[in-house]
Amino acid sequence: MTHAYDISLTVNGELLTARVEARKSLVDFLRDDLSLTGSHVGCEHGVCGACTVRVNGQIVRGCLMLAVQCGGATVETIEGVSDTGEIADLQDAFEKRNALQCGFCTPGMLLTAQELLANGKTPSRDDIREHISGNYCRCTGYHAIVDAVEAVAQARNGK
Amino acid sequence: MKIVSDLPSPLTALDRPNSYIGRSVPRPNLKRLAQGRAQYVSDMTLPRMAHVAYLRSPHAHARIVKLDKSKAEKALGVIAVVTGPELAKVITPWVGVLTHLKGIKSAPQYALAVDRACWQGEAVCAVVAKARAQAEDACELIEIVYEELPAVTDPETALDPNTPVIHPELGDNLTFERTLDAGEVDKAFAESDAVIEQTFHFGRHTGVTNEPRSIIADWNPGEERLTVYQGTQAPHMMQNLFAKHLDLAEHQVRVVTKDVGGSFGVKVHTYADEMAVVALSKMLKRPIKFVADRLESFVTDIHARDHRVRGKIGIRKDGTITAFEIDDLTGIGPYSVYPRTSGIEANQVVNLTGGPYACPNYRARARVVFQNKNVMCQYRAVGHPIAVAVTEGLVDLAAAKIGMDPVEVRKKNLIPDDAYPATAASGIKFEKLSHIASTEKILSMMDYKALRADQAAARARGVHRGIGFASFIEVTNPSAAFYGVGGAKISAQDGATVRLDGKGAIFCHTGVSEQGQGAEAVIAQCVASAFGVSMDKVRVIMGDTDNTPYGGGTWASRAAGIGGEAAWQAGKALRENVLAAAASILQAQASDLDIDNGIVVNKGTKTERISLEEVARICYFRPDTLPPGFQAELVATRHYVPRAWAFSFTNGIQASYLEVDTDTGFIKLLKHWCVEDCGTVINPQLVDEQIRGGIVQGLGGALFEHCLYDERGQLLNGNMADYLVPMAMEMPDMQIGHVVTPTADSELGAKGAGEAGTAGAPACVMNAINDALRPLGAKPLTDMPFTPGKVLRALGKV
Repeated sequence: MTHAYDISLTVNGELLTARVEARKSLVDFLRDDLSLTGSHVGCEHGVCGACTVRVNGQIVRGCLMLAVQCGGATVETIEGVSDTGEIADLQDAFEKRNALQCGFCTPGMLLTAQELLANGKTPSRDDIREHISGNYCRCTGYHAIVDAVEAVAQARNGK
Repeated sequence: MKIVSDLPSPLTALDRPNSYIGRSVPRPNLKRLAQGRAQYVSDMTLPRMAHVAYLRSPHAHARIVKLDKSKAEKALGVIAVVTGPELAKVITPWVGVLTHLKGIKSAPQYALAVDRACWQGEAVCAVVAKARAQAEDACELIEIVYEELPAVTDPETALDPNTPVIHPELGDNLTFERTLDAGEVDKAFAESDAVIEQTFHFGRHTGVTNEPRSIIADWNPGEERLTVYQGTQAPHMMQNLFAKHLDLAEHQVRVVTKDVGGSFGVKVHTYADEMAVVALSKMLKRPIKFVADRLESFVTDIHARDHRVRGKIGIRKDGTITAFEIDDLTGIGPYSVYPRTSGIEANQVVNLTGGPYACPNYRARARVVFQNKNVMCQYRAVGHPIAVAVTEGLVDLAAAKIGMDPVEVRKKNLIPDDAYPATAASGIKFEKLSHIASTEKILSMMDYKALRADQAAARARGVHRGIGFASFIEVTNPSAAFYGVGGAKISAQDGATVRLDGKGAIFCHTGVSEQGQGAEAVIAQCVASAFGVSMDKVRVIMGDTDNTPYGGGTWASRAAGIGGEAAWQAGKALRENVLAAAASILQAQASDLDIDNGIVVNKGTKTERISLEEVARICYFRPDTLPPGFQAELVATRHYVPRAWAFSFTNGIQASYLEVDTDTGFIKLLKHWCVEDCGTVINPQLVDEQIRGGIVQGLGGALFEHCLYDERGQLLNGNMADYLVPMAMEMPDMQIGHVVTPTADSELGAKGAGEAGTAGAPACVMNAINDALRPLGAKPLTDMPFTPGKVLRALGKV
């Protein structure tokens, strides 16, 4: 009853091929087949945002996209953007501001915040809250996350 | 928002060279968490590891008439299909009772249901396969026939004679009952100018940890040892329970806790499906992994708070509160949860109601009943949100009745700050609290007068805003009085072992554990400060029963106050040992020496004498050069448990400012304040973030979260799309302040802070909503969660 397909894709800058079951979600593929466990599985129905990864430059829910849909795609995970240093300032602000506690939501939260900041504008606290409102954090109550993202937005814009 | 770096604190009595006490130093474990380099149990794989999926009962109460597993056993990848009776030969059942909860009773619970399922979601059969997906596929091939039995779902009728008894051998559906009658309640009510009665409802809700429960059990027959990797708050407690029910010696069991994706009390209990995992590993002699999926979490993670409380308060015209009376009823599912029992939350409601106030007249009854729903047990701030909402709701209703400002009523009745030690009407004892100072502080932080003016101006524009307060107390730093005296093998004490390594750095092994609260940082702060090195020289090891001193773990706001004190004392002890070695090397008096920033110095002048690295080098590699008869001891262990007080109570007050849309019933939270007194603040940022996170968890229960069951015991909204949790957009900014009243029971003086936010938030939001709606003639809203529909019903609009 399982159907498998060959795909090739780029994950964190590395070109690879894989045979994936049609039913396998992208996040399960990343975690189980590639051992990229920085993307987390929280709800498996697209609500919590813990599985957020970037596909072709846009953030997606790794649990709502199938691996087989990623043939030819460029996929970036928290491991990749950490290694390139792209979000080093966000990570530093999250650490200094204690904007993470258990850390389970954090990879998804960081990628979501980075998308908001990518347009170069300085969002208001309400803008930040709205943008991350698809990422569930049970620990922090969000205030510290908003602080950290706001601080980075201001710093990137020289404020 | 500008993030400013941590600065050294002003000098305190605890100040030493390298003092980190009172400083907002970042947590050492955050970098790897933020880089996706954490290791949660759900991330782990082991050689030969197999996965288990469970077939779960679709019925709230049903007899298993027939179970045919033959097709499932032949499915691709399947290793074994195991039924309840088969697994019961490997692991014994348990009963969740404690002797100090007089009369509490429950029935034996099995790892997998035997003959009968008692709630929707109870596991009835296990499928072990090479992949989780294969195990789930095979679950669908199990042929099972149920005979549905009547489901007991309404606590109000659970004790009626014509209601079926879930466990006939127990005689009735009553799990536990406690009554209390202090002072002269009837006389006090009779002498009151007003007596107000109000019924409060608290919706059943659940923890929704972002990482679901995760466990890998690895029985190695070659060494006859079981290693369990588990996202748990209490590794030693679980070691005891796994050993006991698998008939192993405790030293045959090692529990390792890696990173844990949230706990909040969810991960401090015995879960049948996790006990099944350890039994399956023993049976199949290989590692078995189980990670609950989100749908399983909703029907198996403990629920909490399903309470109905009838409350009554008496008040005089001058604002004096004369008496409190409550009648609490709660339904806890078909079993009292092991080993902490499901009687504790109701017991806490009785203990805590009226607690902040100097009112000697108090009568309470709490009844805990069985029902065919998922089990309930201790969840963050156990009982507090209920007791605080009932107390503070009644106080506000009484204040409104006599036309007095709610703040004035509180100030008049709160136990004065100079009246300690004090004992509440329920018998709980307070070392020293600061209700009045906390109240004054919050009024100034929120500018109460200006806020009332803003409220009035908004009202004139037809915008309905409300201000609500909630004074609260919080149980922290529990002694053995919490569980140990009732017979549970749950450690109240905690230990810390510190050792000097070969280069002058410090390893600290501690019994407390980390699920994001910051215990690792706090332990490192205590050791670094007590010993005299910078924090980057301290490595903290936790969450491993083979490699840490025996301890309780992290729950009940105990890690900093108890684990921190043990680490502080261990750091001091190691300093003495190292100074003895240094004195021996230098031919000096140890009492003339100190350790400053990793260097042994002359006390007072701080003249450098010898580095720690050199002390370590000589003691470890050239002990032949030490004076004859001198043996360096470069490891020290200390333990701590609170002795003078059963619990270290903290106190505080929260306030909420919100706006109610009277057309839609939507509530917009504008701002939230909390002033809290947890004694010595070891790390201000971590304390504030515990409080903020706790507040939002309380706000979830007050506004959104509700496990909705139908009359047949079916959970109707067991997923994250239908069960609403607080998301960033709906949550307010929160301002946190502190009053500092250290406990004298420990040298550090730290109390706990993990549950204060959750304790008070629902109550002050409730009071703010009613403050907004009272002038509109709305009935008091006291039925949580306060959904838009309930708001409109209170206004008579629907």
